[in-house]
Amino acid sequence: MKTTDSFGRPLVAVTGMGVVTSLGQGKDENWTALTSGRSGIHPITRFPTSHLATTIAGTVDFLPESRRGASPLTYALADLAAEEAVGEAGLPAADFGGPLFLAAPPVEIDWHHRLRLYAQSQRAGDWRSLIEAAREADEAELFDESQFATIADRMAEKYGTRGLPITLSTACASGATAIQLGIEAIRRGECDRALAVGSDGSATAEALIRFSLLSALTTHNEVPEKASKPFSKDRSGFVLAEGSGAMVLESLESALARGAEILGIMRGCGEKADDFHRTRSKPDGSPAIAAVRAALSDAGMSEDEIEYINAHGTSTPENDKMEHLSLSTVFGERMREIPISSNKSMIGHTLSAAGAVEAVFSIMTMRKGVIPPTINYENPDPAIELDVVPNVKRDADVATVLSNSFGFGGQNTCLVMAREAG
Amino acid sequence: MNPKDVVITGIGVVSSLGLGVDAHWQALTGAAPKPVLDGERFAPYTIHPLPEVDWSTQIPKRGDQRQMETWQRLGTYTAGLALDDAGMKDDEALCASMDMVVAAGGGERDVDVDQDILDTSLTRNDHDVLLNEKLTTELRPTLFLAQLSNLLAGNISIVHKVTGSSRTFMGEEGAGVSAIETAAARIRSGQSSHLLVGAAFQTEHPDMLLAYELGRHLQRGGWSPLWQRRPEEGGGVITGSGAAFLVLEAREHAEERGRTAYAAVGPVASGRARRGGDGLQEALEEMVGGLLDGDAPVLAISGASGAHAVTKAEKAALDARGHVAARGFSSLTGHMKEAQFPFAMALAALAVHHGKAYPAFAEGELPFEAAPSAALATAVGYNCFEGMGLVVKA
Repeated sequence: MKTTDSFGRPLVAVTGMGVVTSLGQGKDENWTALTSGRSGIHPITRFPTSHLATTIAGTVDFLPESRRGASPLTYALADLAAEEAVGEAGLPAADFGGPLFLAAPPVEIDWHHRLRLYAQSQRAGDWRSLIEAAREADEAELFDESQFATIADRMAEKYGTRGLPITLSTACASGATAIQLGIEAIRRGECDRALAVGSDGSATAEALIRFSLLSALTTHNEVPEKASKPFSKDRSGFVLAEGSGAMVLESLESALARGAEILGIMRGCGEKADDFHRTRSKPDGSPAIAAVRAALSDAGMSEDEIEYINAHGTSTPENDKMEHLSLSTVFGERMREIPISSNKSMIGHTLSAAGAVEAVFSIMTMRKGVIPPTINYENPDPAIELDVVPNVKRDADVATVLSNSFGFGGQNTCLVMAREAG
Repeated sequence: MNPKDVVITGIGVVSSLGLGVDAHWQALTGAAPKPVLDGERFAPYTIHPLPEVDWSTQIPKRGDQRQMETWQRLGTYTAGLALDDAGMKDDEALCASMDMVVAAGGGERDVDVDQDILDTSLTRNDHDVLLNEKLTTELRPTLFLAQLSNLLAGNISIVHKVTGSSRTFMGEEGAGVSAIETAAARIRSGQSSHLLVGAAFQTEHPDMLLAYELGRHLQRGGWSPLWQRRPEEGGGVITGSGAAFLVLEAREHAEERGRTAYAAVGPVASGRARRGGDGLQEALEEMVGGLLDGDAPVLAISGASGAHAVTKAEKAALDARGHVAARGFSSLTGHMKEAQFPFAMALAALAVHHGKAYPAFAEGELPFEAAPSAALATAVGYNCFEGMGLVVKA
């Protein structure tokens, strides 16, 4: 088998995957739910919702860490996904032997800790009391939570990844960027394998309020499982969610040499930053268009070769419109026929994890020959003519996938995956 | 000479010492470089404050300035200095194809809103409801973005039109190390032709001090030179506001557009040594050994934080190699977290470019009289991760 691509670079295989979302833990649970069109969106119980416009979310509530704050939960999610991925790859559990790229949310000290520290302080009405109380308390765990390097450091320790682990944030494109960094490192010949993880357990009250103040969230609280409706006419915002996705990326050559099962191939990645606005994309869609084209060109593929698109599909009025515009520009008339679905209709928007979670589902789509649907598609937006695989899964032979990730701050990252190397 | 060598063609630096490369070169090569300090505003903590900055010289639109907190403004401003310095600022095509890696912190919260919540919490037990009440009504909607980590890069895209690609690394000093290491690796391998890389840190905010003090890292007894800080006065770190951005290019890319480089980026190494015991010192000794050939005297621009055990380990590792003239710039600028390594690389490049070493920044630093043909840059995290890079003649 040829182990290099048309540019002579090492082909990058996926040999292990793991995932956690509000639908459950692990690939099997998630796949069963996704393909039966089940939603993981539910009323929020983690914190009171009085005064909040949005009272639903796709939080992961079934872990012991689910109520311990954003940092412990983000670690737990990353850990579970990585464990599943490394296990599937058949690599030693504590001696991974390649670098770690972790997409994670920028997490601040939890409010509960702030309040507790202040209560035990001089309470003098200014920040000095809080800092003095923090110093007096001398709690290592609190300090660790305040450091952005902590989660990756712990992951590196546990899995025996090599070198300085990289934590990154490209907003809602982070998970895809983590995979991209892994692909690039393998192509540079720096390593035979890389662990790419996207994790987000940051659905706190403050996070919800922040997105709410930007009018990004839907307020369709009445029937939570129907709130996320990508590409529908009455879509009204995304649903905040949590989750994690992990991938063991490996040079095809090294994967074959050790007899690993090849789950899929990361053919290409592309990105382009948008300079238009902090939260809105350039009206002509040129950055997203450029990102899709860059990914295709990096994969050495033409637009005719994409058989399915795993949409960013957030269910915000802006995203879905712009995603449609960009894809129509790249794929032309054919865009009406390419199946495109949004996992976010069921799991919500897992933010920093989304790109990684959806890459895992993209590979599974090819392997299983089943496209998960876009649920809640009852009221199509006439301005968006797409085959969104409405409401019910579809059996389909899919050999190639484009997965889109777009984020605040002008972040656009696209991945092109294939079922086979050839 | 290789066409894919990584050369530094633009530098932007800001610290309490001034704005830009010339101000820094003057301040740091003067007879007795002096720190700029503020011991009042955040007493008992001393900080190195930002100098006066006319933001509009790099961020012309007031609307853009308003959309950022000081940290993002500082980074966007300093990125502009670097682009100007590289002669790329107004070259639309070059900026549009330029890649970017930013090492970012974030979290400049609204101090008044937070304090109001803290004070009200003393009179109520329903804290979660209190949070909902206050945060929904008091938070400025745009504050989220104005303090969000990846929005420093986002603002650089908006203001300076750098749009080839945009990646933000997080994780204190290590993020700065990885940013430079990854940037250089991408250029060497042909994955990028020109790239903007750097970081900013704005310490003049209580939450920035809180994050250090949760781990008891700050010095409380006023300023003292980096290598002479004592445990009786706290954790040893004195912070400063500052930023450093570099324009890195493939040699052939710089030559094609007729730019002379300050210096070239040689090998860069990074690690995650076990802290405690002699682990860190041994790892650093090994790292130095991997980057330096022979035992000729060398100039080292050290990003040492002042944190006691770690700074001691770095000093010991450099001393063990022999003939290392370390210049711990945090004595004069304060610790700038994510920006430490980019700043160290910038100062190293200036020394190589001028063919002149900096005088000792503090007592106990060895003299270095020769014209440096290379300089070592270091950043050892006060809590975790470490890295070094060699800057050589272009």
